Amino acid sequence: MSMNHLAEEQKTKHSPAVHDIPDEWFKPKENSQKDSEKVVRPSLSYWQDAWRRLVKNKLAMGGLLFLIFLALMAIFGPILSPYTVQEGIPANQNQPPSGTHWFGTDNLGRDVFTRTWYGARISLFVGLMAAMIDFFIGVIYGGIAGYKGGRIDSSMMRIIEILYGLPYLLVVILLLVVMGPSLLTIIIALTVTGWVGMARIVRGQVLQIKNYEFVLASQSFGTKTWRIIRKNLLPNTMGPIIVQMTLTVPTAIFAEAFLSFLGLGIQSPYASWGVMANDALGTILSGHWWRLFFPAFFISATMFAFNVLGDGLQDALDPKLRR
Amino acid sequence: MEKLLEVKDLEVSFLTYGGEVQAVRGVSFDLYKGETLAIVGESGCGKSVTANSIMRLIPQPPGRITNGTIQFKEKELRHLPEKQMRKIRGVDISMIFQDPMTALNPTLTVGNQLTEGLKQHTSVSNQEAKQKAIEMLELVGIPNPEERLGLYPHQFSGGMRQRIVIAMALICEPELLIADEPTTALDVTIQAQILELFERIQEQTGVAIILITHDLGVVAKIADRIAVMYAGKIIEVGTKKEIFYHPQHPYTNGLLTSVPRLDRREGKLIPIDGTPPDLFSPPIGCPFTARCPKAMEVCERVYPMQTELSETHQVECWLQDERAIKLLASK
Amino acid sequence: MTRYIIKRFLIMIATVLIIATLTFFLMHAIPGSPLNQERGTNAAVQANLESHYHLDEPLFIQYLIYLKSIATLDFGPSIKHPTETVNDLLGRGFPISFELGIVTVMVALISGIILGVLAALKHNGIIDYLAMTVAVLGISIPNFVLATLLIQKLAVDWGIFPAATWSSPTHMVLPTLALATGPMAIIARLTRSSMLEVLTQDYIKTAKAKGLKPYKIIFKHALKNALMPVVTILGTLLAGILTGTFVIEKIFAIPGMGRYFIEGINQRDYPLIMGTTVFYSFFLVFMLFLVDIAYGLLDPRIKMHKKEGE
Repeated sequence: MSMNHLAEEQKTKHSPAVHDIPDEWFKPKENSQKDSEKVVRPSLSYWQDAWRRLVKNKLAMGGLLFLIFLALMAIFGPILSPYTVQEGIPANQNQPPSGTHWFGTDNLGRDVFTRTWYGARISLFVGLMAAMIDFFIGVIYGGIAGYKGGRIDSSMMRIIEILYGLPYLLVVILLLVVMGPSLLTIIIALTVTGWVGMARIVRGQVLQIKNYEFVLASQSFGTKTWRIIRKNLLPNTMGPIIVQMTLTVPTAIFAEAFLSFLGLGIQSPYASWGVMANDALGTILSGHWWRLFFPAFFISATMFAFNVLGDGLQDALDPKLRR
Repeated sequence: MEKLLEVKDLEVSFLTYGGEVQAVRGVSFDLYKGETLAIVGESGCGKSVTANSIMRLIPQPPGRITNGTIQFKEKELRHLPEKQMRKIRGVDISMIFQDPMTALNPTLTVGNQLTEGLKQHTSVSNQEAKQKAIEMLELVGIPNPEERLGLYPHQFSGGMRQRIVIAMALICEPELLIADEPTTALDVTIQAQILELFERIQEQTGVAIILITHDLGVVAKIADRIAVMYAGKIIEVGTKKEIFYHPQHPYTNGLLTSVPRLDRREGKLIPIDGTPPDLFSPPIGCPFTARCPKAMEVCERVYPMQTELSETHQVECWLQDERAIKLLASK
Repeated sequence: MTRYIIKRFLIMIATVLIIATLTFFLMHAIPGSPLNQERGTNAAVQANLESHYHLDEPLFIQYLIYLKSIATLDFGPSIKHPTETVNDLLGRGFPISFELGIVTVMVALISGIILGVLAALKHNGIIDYLAMTVAVLGISIPNFVLATLLIQKLAVDWGIFPAATWSSPTHMVLPTLALATGPMAIIARLTRSSMLEVLTQDYIKTAKAKGLKPYKIIFKHALKNALMPVVTILGTLLAGILTGTFVIEKIFAIPGMGRYFIEGINQRDYPLIMGTTVFYSFFLVFMLFLVDIAYGLLDPRIKMHKKEGE
C-alpha cells in the first residue's frame, strides 16, 4: 500500500477524487463481521453511574459534607466543651458570643455552643430513627401489598388511604398529649402515620417492576417469593426509597422542633433545637439574638442539607435521566 | 413536476453527556407536489431527526442544525425567524407523530384541539371552525362527527385517535404532511385502514407526504419514491419499483431480504447481522462496511461518491465503481 | 363522577369517625383526665362535664352519646373557661384562623405556580436556579424561625409592618408571609418538575407542530396538565398550613383557634383539646374531599367511571 495515497487521504479526508484511490483497495475486506459487535463506550453499573452524577452535583455534595460535619460535631461537640448541657453559671446569664462562650449563653447561664451540639444529637437521632422505622414498616407493608396484589392489595391500600387522610401533626399532637412528651414517645408519635408515604412509594415501585420480564423469568424457574423480593425487587426499588428516606429526616426534624415549640417536645433542661428556639422566643425583643440564631440556623441548615441531598439523589438515581 | 421541498446537505447534531452525536450527516433530497416519499431505515438512523428538522422542532439545546439548507417553495426554513416559522407549521407543513395515545392532550376535548390551529392561523368564526372540524372528521372516516367533537381523547380507540390526529393535521389544508411512523403503534388491521386513509386523502387533497417508517410493508403500499437512510445518510434513493426490484446498495438489499414478501417464491428471510455504528464517532468510510457482506478495503477508508443510475435512482456505494464491477465479474 | 364523589365521601366519613373515636378513647385513657373516673376539677366544671358526657353511664353509651353530639357539631364544655363551651371559643377563633389560612393558601398557590412555571420555562437558566434556591430555602426554614426573623427585621428593626395581632390588612402581611413561604416553595418545586415533564409530552410537540403561539402552548396545553399533581398535594399542604397556624398565631398573638388549641395543650384542658382536634380534623377532611372533587373535575379521565358505573 503506497504511503503517498494514505497521506493524501489524511489531507482531504472526505472524498478524494475517485481516480486517486488505488486499485488494490478494491478487494474484499477480511473479517468484516467482527468489529460490528464491538462496544465503543465503557459501560458503568447503575450505582457507579449514579454516584458519578451525584458527585457532579455541587449543592448535593455540599449538603452531604455539612451533614457529615454535623454528625461529627453532634458526637464530639459536647465532649470538647468544658460546659454541660443542664448546668448554667448564674453569673453568666445572656452573655453574647465570646472567646469563652462561642455561641454565647442563655438566660440561665448555660453555654449555647454545648447545647446546640447536644440539640444536634436529639434532632439527628429523632430524624434518623423516624426514617429507619418508616423504612422498615413501609417496605414490609408496601412490599406485601404490591407483590401480592389483588384483593389483599386493595384492602391494604384502603387502610393507607384512610391513614393518609388523617392530619399528620394533629395525630402526633394528640398522641403526645396522651403519652406525655419524651424522646421515645416523640419517635413513636412521628412514625405512627409517617410510614404511609414510604409504603405507597414501595408499593408503586413493586407493582411496576414485578411485571418486568426478568421477574417473570425468575418466577417461571420456580424461585421462592422471598428470594425474588430480595434479589430482584429490592435492588430495583432502592432508588426512590433512598430518596424518600432522605426527605423523611428533615420532616421529622421539623416536626420535633415544631412540637418542642408547642411545649410537647423534649423538656427543658434537655436541649433540642426546637426547645432552644422556643425558650429564646420570649427574649427576642431584648436583643439576645444569638440564643435564637444558632438553633434556628442549624435547624434550617440541616433541613436544607437534607433537602438538597435528597434532590441530588433523586436526579442521580433516576434511570430515566441516564444517558 | 413542481418541486415543493428541497433539502440540501442537512447536518444535525445533539450535544449529550458522552459527547456530540451526529444524528444526520449530510442528507439531501427533493420532494415534488402531491407525491409520497418514504424515508426508510432502522431506529436511530436519523430519519425522525430529519423530519423534525424540516419542521424546526428539534429540541434546542441539545439539538442543533449545523449545516445545510431546507428550501420549501420560495422560503428557506433553516434560517426563518421563529415567528414566520409558526405561520408555516400546521398551515403549509403539518406533522403527525407515532403514538396517537399520547399525541392528543388528555384534558381538552377533541373539538377544541381540532379547531385551535385553524383559529390561530385564519380568521374563521367559531361556527365555521366547528363546521370545518366536522368536515375533517368525516373525511377521515369518523362516524357522527358532530357528537364526537365534545368528547375527550380517552373516549376513542387508538385507530380513531390516529384518524383524529390526521384530521387535525389536515384542517388548514397543508401542502406537505410529514408522518413519523404513523402506524407503528397500531394493530395490523388498523394499520391497513390508516394507510388506505392516507391514499384517499392524497387523492382528494393533493397533499405531498413524507412518510417516516422502518416498515417496508407500509412503504410498499403507499410510497411513490423511497429514500433509504443509514447512520445519518441517505444511501439510496429511487422510485418504489427501482428500490424494490433493483436495489443497488447491499443495505437496501439486506432490508428487503429480511422482510417477508408475497411476490417472491424463494421465501427465505435473511437478517442483517450486527448493529449500526455509534454516531458519537461515525466511521470515515461507508458506515455499513462492518455489516456489509460485500465490503472492500476502500469502503472502510473513503465514503463512496453518489452514482446516478437513472434520473430517479441514486446510490452511494463503492460497488458501483468500475473497478469493483470488474472485481466481481472476475470471480 | 357521582360514583367517584360517593366513594370519596365514604372515605371522608370513615376518616372522621376514626379521628373522633381515637380522640375519645385516648382522652379517656389519660390518667388524671377529668373524663375518667378519678375526678379532680371544681364542682361547676364537673357538673358541665357530667351533663355533656354522661360520665355516669357505661363507657360505650358515653361513646355513642359523644358521637351524637359531635355529629351535631356540639363540642362540649371547657375546663379552663367554665362559663363558655368549646363552640363559643371556636366561634370566636375560627373566622380569624380561616382568614389567615385562606389568604395564605392564595398567596402560596399563586406565587408558587408563577415561580414554578418561570423556572421550568427557563430550565437551567438563571431564573431557574434562583427560583429553586429560594424554594429549597423556603422548604428548609421552619415557619416559626421565619416568623421571628420577619418580626426582628421588618417589624422591630425597620418598622415597616406591625409585629402582632390581626386588626388590619397591614397586620396580616407578616403572619401570611411566614406561613405561606413553605407551601409556596413546595408548590413551586412541584409545578416546575411536573411542567418540565409535561413539556416533553407528545401532545406538546403536536401543539408546536400546529404552529400555536408559545403562550397558548404553555397556558392551554401544558399548565392544566402540569397542575394536576399540585392539586393532589393541596390536601397535604392545607394540613400543613392548618397546623402552621398554631405557631404563627402564638408568635403573632393572633386571637385565632390555634391559640385556644395551644392553651388547651398547655393547661391540659382535655375537653378543649378534644373539641378543637375533632373540629380541625372535620374541617381538614372536608377540604380534602373538596380537593378530590376538584381533581375529578380537572381530569376528564376520572369522569369515565361514571359511564362504566351507570
